[in-house]
Amino acid sequence: MSFEPRESRATMPRQSPWKGYQLAISLILPSLILLGGIILYPILNNFFISFFRYDLTMPWSRPFVGLGNYIDMFKNREFLASVGRAAYFTAVSVSLEVVLGLLIALFLNQKFRGQAFLKTLIILPWAVPTVVSAIMWKWIYDANYGALNGILLQLGFIEKYQPWLTRPLTAMNLIIMADVWHQTPFVVFIFLAALSTIPAPLYEAAKVDGAGVVNAFFKITLPLMKPAFLIVLVIRTMEAFRIFDIIYVITGGGPANATQVVTYYTYVETFRYLHLGNGAAQSFVVSLFIMLLSIVYIKLLNAKVEY
Amino acid sequence: MFVLVMLLAVSSMGTAAAKRVTLNFIGMEQAGMTVDEQKAVIREFEKKHPGVTVNTTFVAYDALHDKLATALAGGGRAFDVMLVDNTWVAEFASAGWLMDVTDRITPEMKKATIDQNVTWRIVTYNKRLYGMPWMLDQKYFYYNEKMLKEAGFNAPPKTWEEMVEMARVMKKKGIVEYPIIWSWAQREAANVDFVALLYGFGGQLENEKGEPTFNDEGGLKALTFMVDTLKEGISNPASTVSVEEDVRNAFSAGKAAFAINWLYMYDLANDPKESKVAGHVKMALMPVSEEVRKKGIVSATCNDSMGFAVSAGSRNKELAWELVKYFTSPEVMKRYAAHQLPIWKDAFSDPKLIKAQPVTTKMFMEQFPYGHVKVHVPYYMEYSKTMQLMLQQAFTGQKTPKQALDDAVAQIKKIQERARQ
Amino acid sequence: MNRPGQNMNRQSRRKARNAMRSAAIFVAGLALFIAIVAPYAWLVISSISHASELTSVPPHWIPHRPTLEKFIQMFTPDIRGISETAAMFKYAMLNSAIVAIFVTIITLIAASLAAYAFARLTFPGRDQLLLGIVAVRMLPAISIMIALYVTLTKLGLLDTKLGLVLLYLSFTLPFAIWIMTGFFKTIPVELEEAARIDGASRLGALFHIVLPLSAPGLVSTGIFVFMASWDEFFYPLIFTSTYLAKPVPVAITEFAGRHAIDYPAMAAGGVLASIPPLVLAFIFQRYIISGLTAGGVKG
Repeated sequence: MSFEPRESRATMPRQSPWKGYQLAISLILPSLILLGGIILYPILNNFFISFFRYDLTMPWSRPFVGLGNYIDMFKNREFLASVGRAAYFTAVSVSLEVVLGLLIALFLNQKFRGQAFLKTLIILPWAVPTVVSAIMWKWIYDANYGALNGILLQLGFIEKYQPWLTRPLTAMNLIIMADVWHQTPFVVFIFLAALSTIPAPLYEAAKVDGAGVVNAFFKITLPLMKPAFLIVLVIRTMEAFRIFDIIYVITGGGPANATQVVTYYTYVETFRYLHLGNGAAQSFVVSLFIMLLSIVYIKLLNAKVEY
Repeated sequence: MFVLVMLLAVSSMGTAAAKRVTLNFIGMEQAGMTVDEQKAVIREFEKKHPGVTVNTTFVAYDALHDKLATALAGGGRAFDVMLVDNTWVAEFASAGWLMDVTDRITPEMKKATIDQNVTWRIVTYNKRLYGMPWMLDQKYFYYNEKMLKEAGFNAPPKTWEEMVEMARVMKKKGIVEYPIIWSWAQREAANVDFVALLYGFGGQLENEKGEPTFNDEGGLKALTFMVDTLKEGISNPASTVSVEEDVRNAFSAGKAAFAINWLYMYDLANDPKESKVAGHVKMALMPVSEEVRKKGIVSATCNDSMGFAVSAGSRNKELAWELVKYFTSPEVMKRYAAHQLPIWKDAFSDPKLIKAQPVTTKMFMEQFPYGHVKVHVPYYMEYSKTMQLMLQQAFTGQKTPKQALDDAVAQIKKIQERARQ
Repeated sequence: MNRPGQNMNRQSRRKARNAMRSAAIFVAGLALFIAIVAPYAWLVISSISHASELTSVPPHWIPHRPTLEKFIQMFTPDIRGISETAAMFKYAMLNSAIVAIFVTIITLIAASLAAYAFARLTFPGRDQLLLGIVAVRMLPAISIMIALYVTLTKLGLLDTKLGLVLLYLSFTLPFAIWIMTGFFKTIPVELEEAARIDGASRLGALFHIVLPLSAPGLVSTGIFVFMASWDEFFYPLIFTSTYLAKPVPVAITEFAGRHAIDYPAMAAGGVLASIPPLVLAFIFQRYIISGLTAGGVKG
């Protein structure tokens, strides 16, 4: 990284470096103050709280417990299970989104009638607010009146309505389906952008060389899309790991905790049991994990892509 | 003349200043009085207290605790008057969030209520009182008389075993696919049904020392009963994702012959606008197991009542308490008795009330002595969630009833230990 | 040498292949169309149906008696007999709009100043600071929620729109700084330099050259911020309790309670809540996609 001042070119009026810093600082300051107050301070404070037993229901007693909350957490089977569920949710939903997103992007990259229309339309699932999409799917999955039951019954796949959300694994997978519907367009956009950067001459050259469509895809398209893949994977993984909204709406963590992912468990521990110290320790560890991922992300962004 | 004008000006300024008093009220949009009825009561109160405005918020039961807890922990100014479940009083009171009203409750008031011991327990923690009981409710047994007759039965079941027999006949004859619907979602509602069944099968929640004992023989029988009716298909499989409104809905749509619900369902299930089975809906005493009945106990239910409390952080405590008193006054409660009965003994001998609510007033008095309350502990949210999970694990077959019960009891002992530290 | 018959054979084969290709494209396109539209269409249909049509088995896919009753009820003052959430929904919409607009304005001002510094000025620690700001964008809300809850309580900002604006800035600001720095970098330095030789100050150059040229970037960032604010659920779930501040995403989850069965009303709420972002998305699609890819791909 270079800090060679750009404006030191001969044509520019010279300034003392301090004056330049002054301007930079005053431009950044409003953002820094805001971010310091609403992010940096809370993070540090959160870390601090995580060493105390901080039960909101006991305002008179805030004993220091050292690493107690962290030890509790790793002994807490419900917490560990919730991490596992978040991992399952993340793995399945992200891989589905990447595969579907790639297929759809490749499809929309073809020329056909209605292509522009579909390209416009595909923003719909992504633009519907997350909670609305969750409510919509909950209504579709409804045990007594849901559209899913209605369709399956009419098509003859089921003989009578099924209470889908009462089955642990089914409930989780249906939540994943709702997430895939909502998030895949984002993946499609990124992939379409990446496809549009691949220079057409490359394909023509491949054609001349006698490579088939499939061959060209694996030899040219996929390698050139690698950065887009990595970015999609990292962004979606981070977002999926902290999934909360649609679980809160569709199942509330049930049945039998089968959809209680880690952020949901932390929410319960913090704002229902009011154990702020435990909640702080849990959220700190989850954040640490996500931060590790984000470092990977930043490294990838900084890596130059060579065509 | 000038003085008079001045006086007028000053007095009008006075009322202008008084106008700025605002109370914040949070209630529940579920069983009991409807939101429109509660709002009507509040408008009456505003009329009686010129210059007072009451802002209202109504949420579903399952959202109420978290809303209250975050607001109360945040200083308690968000709400002055709050509807509080009996199981939360210990938590909120021990945190110092509720106004102590022990000295405001006269012995006469206590005596005037239906059952002193049960009624005032709703708002008691460590022998102090933290509010006014308001919604005395318990689970009732509902049945569809028409379906019963079609199946050849003339009287409602007296024991759970009898109910299962009737359900089997109905299922076999094709009268109804799933004869029983319950509120067994992973919510508090499931715990209420479990408590009713637990005592109905001869178990109990805890011993005198406060240790959890619901994994005893009675508990095991109760949970096994719940799981078995699901497996057999006489309980609606959607029960395990249903809350009370889903129960009312299925029952009102004629999709169940038996249901367990709060008092409010009677009026609504017999309302042709809300129900397809209006006129066929009857109530009976909650059954018990044959074994328990042989011991001379004819019914067992869960009494799960709520009361109004005033936030300790309120800036208008006196006025807030006035609103609580108005809401719970015999006159108001008698007027709105369709979905919720008064807490006052006298009301039940009021011919007007009996005439207006002949069935529910009678059922209420009959069922009330068999009510069992849930545990009242500051860590109830954790307790409750443990129990909900236990039920769900048994329903979904992840654990056997025995295993689920034992694990839950062990977990609750852990929670108790943490609370003691 | 091609005999005519062979030629025809090849032609017809190509024709067949083309027909197969268009058929495959048609099927795939139709499947995609259904997957995108059908679930949302069902929400819209539910919102204009009577409950009895939805609860029949199977439901009436096309309502026999469509009605706008639920929408009208939501905007009728002092109406009785509908759920609390439906009656108060208009206030939730208003809260959401106010909060989102303020968040967008504040974010755009603060972020464009900071982004200009990051894109054009030199100061020690610049790149590290920018990376730090991007990194916080990745934090899960829960990690700052607890401390913010304690702080906002002390400041008396629970259940206020101001509190929500502050909270939302915690995720909109880092994001906006990041993508606007990218946009500013795409504007040729030469234009600015020319202006400065003509005597314009740095700030003058920012306002007269850089900002107008990056208008598309500003629009795209603004829409993003607005949509993210409109979408936010977790913060207001904890930090609001009444309709003084409660926004749409929280309100919509409360279509429960006594009127749990009122699915049409809930669906109507969902349709109303999705209108602003959908309208923005379809009008400004180009900007949104360029913003998305700028924030994600280009960096």
